[in-house]
Amino acid sequence: MGTARMFGPRRVDKSVFQRLGDLNWGIVFLNVLIACAGFAMLYSVAGGSWDPWASRQATRFIGAFALMLVIATVDIRYWMAFAYPAWFIGILLLLAVEVIGAIGMGGQRWLDIGIMRIQPSELMKIAVVMALARYFHGRNYDQSRSLRSLLTPAVLIMVPVALVVRQPDLGTGLMIVAGGAAILFLAGLPAWLFIAAGLLVAAAVPVGWQFMRDYQKDRVLTFLNPESDPLGAGYQITQSKIALGSGGLTGKGYLEGTQSQLNFLPEMKTDFIFTVLAEEFGLIGAVIVLALYTIVLAYGMLIGIGCRSQFGRLLASGLAMTLFLYVLINVAMVMGLMPVVGVPLPMISYGGSAMLTWMIAYGLILSVAIHRHVSLAPKGSGLG
Amino acid sequence: MAREGLRYQTFSRRAFLLAGAQGLAVTALGGRLYYLSVVEGEKYKLRAERNRVAIRLIAPERGEILDRYGRKLATNRQDFRVFLIPEQADEVANTLVKIGHIVKLDDRRLSRIERQIKRQRKFVPVTVAQGLDWATFAKVNVAVPELPGVVPDAGRSRFYPSGNEIAHLVGYTASPNEDDVALNPLYQLPGFKVGRQGLERRYEDRLRGSAGTRRVEVNSVGREIRELPPRQEADPGSNLQLTIDLALQKYTIDLLGEKAAGVVAMDIRTGEILTMASAPTYDPNEFTRGISSENWNALLKDPRKPLINKCVTGQYPPGSTIKPVIALAALEHGVVKPETEYYCNGRHRLGNHTFNCWKPGGHGRLDLLGAIAHSCDVYFYKVAEDLDVDNIADMVSRFGLGDLFDLGIDGEKAGMVPDRGWKRAVLNQPWHLGETLNISIGQGAMLSTPLQLAVLTSRLASGRRIFPSLVSLPGTDESKMKAFDAMDVNPLHLRVARRGMEMVTERGGTAHDYRRPKSAAKLAGKSGTAQVRRISKEERLEGVIHNDDLPWNMRDHALFIAYGPVEDPEIAVSVLVQHGGGGSSVAAPIARAVIDKALEIRHAPPAEETAPDAAGTTAEEA
Repeated sequence: MGTARMFGPRRVDKSVFQRLGDLNWGIVFLNVLIACAGFAMLYSVAGGSWDPWASRQATRFIGAFALMLVIATVDIRYWMAFAYPAWFIGILLLLAVEVIGAIGMGGQRWLDIGIMRIQPSELMKIAVVMALARYFHGRNYDQSRSLRSLLTPAVLIMVPVALVVRQPDLGTGLMIVAGGAAILFLAGLPAWLFIAAGLLVAAAVPVGWQFMRDYQKDRVLTFLNPESDPLGAGYQITQSKIALGSGGLTGKGYLEGTQSQLNFLPEMKTDFIFTVLAEEFGLIGAVIVLALYTIVLAYGMLIGIGCRSQFGRLLASGLAMTLFLYVLINVAMVMGLMPVVGVPLPMISYGGSAMLTWMIAYGLILSVAIHRHVSLAPKGSGLG
Repeated sequence: MAREGLRYQTFSRRAFLLAGAQGLAVTALGGRLYYLSVVEGEKYKLRAERNRVAIRLIAPERGEILDRYGRKLATNRQDFRVFLIPEQADEVANTLVKIGHIVKLDDRRLSRIERQIKRQRKFVPVTVAQGLDWATFAKVNVAVPELPGVVPDAGRSRFYPSGNEIAHLVGYTASPNEDDVALNPLYQLPGFKVGRQGLERRYEDRLRGSAGTRRVEVNSVGREIRELPPRQEADPGSNLQLTIDLALQKYTIDLLGEKAAGVVAMDIRTGEILTMASAPTYDPNEFTRGISSENWNALLKDPRKPLINKCVTGQYPPGSTIKPVIALAALEHGVVKPETEYYCNGRHRLGNHTFNCWKPGGHGRLDLLGAIAHSCDVYFYKVAEDLDVDNIADMVSRFGLGDLFDLGIDGEKAGMVPDRGWKRAVLNQPWHLGETLNISIGQGAMLSTPLQLAVLTSRLASGRRIFPSLVSLPGTDESKMKAFDAMDVNPLHLRVARRGMEMVTERGGTAHDYRRPKSAAKLAGKSGTAQVRRISKEERLEGVIHNDDLPWNMRDHALFIAYGPVEDPEIAVSVLVQHGGGGSSVAAPIARAVIDKALEIRHAPPAEETAPDAAGTTAEEA
């Protein structure tokens, strides 16, 4: 209530076209640019051919792009109203995967809904951010700082994480935890809490080791010493480093990467596509792409900072943070700075799930930007 | 209200903090990338090159084996083959089925391929098919992109144009085994063969040549993408020229026909072996291709033992062919003089044992020359009573019995020269005089090979310590001859032995050469008939069973040694016909024919064939 008076009552009900006009075209442009870099790399990975990957990826991008625009133009109050339902739908989908996986005897991460396969864990990344933003939107400064504010978010975060880790998908689980923690941090929980949590995590590592699956342990071990098993599990990271390093400053030239064109690189079209890029375009090309990501994510953070409602702020910056983790983990992984956890480089790696997550997130960020002046009631969406 | 401002401030501060952290993290990534690509870039460039570039060996062309006139005994010809590298194949069984659609692979072939795949390491290529025609080979080439691990190869494979004639000498090549591969990486090359038998094996290092190298760009599974210059061509193997005369060898093999026999013909002056024929024989090309188990079993089961080189592996009692050397030993030790006469009544008693002459009624009175000419056993029994066995052993050893000549062919045996020391060492028994008597007529424990008998003959004929050779060495006939020492025996005694041998082929001799045309060279020789069974007293009384009435493997071995022309000996020959019957009736005509042929060739030698040109042979054989 106080909020409204402080910033002055200003109803902003715009038409769809007005909202489109208000779009942050910088973000749209950067995303198209990044996607195009992806098409180019998939063209290269296919040995200089649109088929089979680049063409399909482009088709997906058109769909995802349209979805992003639709999401962007939907009033942010609807998104706030949809925050908790989205979380519940996400949980139901994860449970559905669990059940199907149990029947199909084996780890499964996706649901086949006919036209496409969806990964509920991907959608969950967004839903958790929405739900947390929604929750803290209703908590004032003091409430946000109290430790009681940890209870609901803990449930919002840990329930999906538990389901995702069971799949098993430790990487996505950790990303949800980290994204959630970022929102808790932004929401104003005391800083000492995060320091303590960090120490706790460090202490828990040996315990967690006991619960890890063999292939997860292998990944960590080969990360720590990839040369110990150069033809086995360490092969991927060793070959990736060779590709990155041999690209040099300016790269070997488009379609000329020996490590990629001669198939020495593993998983080129998905997890290791950044390596292909760095090999063919060198340090310069890789830094340009990293810069594109950084700028588009900085946009997300800035939109958050420039937003009037706490929901919008937390949503935009929380999503930007989650997406950043995506990029960070993938790039650090291919450089041998992190264990190979199977996180793709969104927008560039071949595959619809990560792209969909990214574009939905940017749809929401754009929606926040369009509706940055909308004030939202602390309890409820204000839709009346 | 202020509280809302505080909430916003906290958010903004922390949002900037996180954005800063993002910036730092990205900078760290960039730094890492800089470190990898610029600071350590050279190291990784090198490693990428190592990944990309593979050094592949180029197979050298195997050296040819030639006869003394440059005719090809072993050569190489174009061969369209298909290999399978199990390691690179998606699924071996499946791949074989697919190849089977193009190339006919019968069940036996398939099971052999599968056995080979199991036995070898997975990167060693297995020959799936060979000797394909061009059309089939082209079809395989078209199908290759869908068949990983399948390697069509227009290589060259070993070929023996006159396989049957030279099998026992040249041997054959075969697929390398793991031991070979450990020795030389060349053997890993698809279709590369290693000398497995005979001269092919002995002179492997010389014939093989050394590998060339080429650099190829490969992908991660080792498939070649393209070749990168420069290329270092392979060094072909050296040719090996033999002393064998292929024409004479062929002639001899044809002459032997279905017999189980061995014939060695030598140039007396140089020791060069002109012919070493062992019958029956086999086709080494089958081994190079990979012999079928059917044919292999047939070779193994044949009682005439085609796989055995009877000239060096077969050890037989020399029979009466040893008598000229016994006579020489007796002369050297003063036991007899040429004119010493003994009376032969057909038997000789020693203690309570009777030693029979081959001629039931006896020869009557004869001197040493007559004893050789008529091969009188009793005369030699009497000589042997005064001649110590160790003296006999010493003399026959000097003529090459018991020696290995190490010609590079397989299975050479030393034969057996028994003496007192041997009997004591092996049987721990004292020597009996009766055994000396047996040995004096070439029976008993004494064994020799046809090669040794040929050497013995050339040493008798030349008076020099001739050593046989199979591989051609530089030098003239004269220089080669001078390289041999004179035999350490009285030349006069040698002449007596030779005169005895001359008389063998004259009127009254055991091998009277009555059909000799005037133009043909006069020969000296000595027949021998080696018993393979004991003739009992009863049988002797009733009359010895004639050879023709005995089963094949109970019949006597027929032997004959000869040299000619007697005036100036050039060719020495030894003939053995296993279970052939009498030496003079069966073996002597063969010796005669071989020497005639050898002399005929010698006096009108064929034009030396030009140095072999590998490319030229391809054209005419492809």
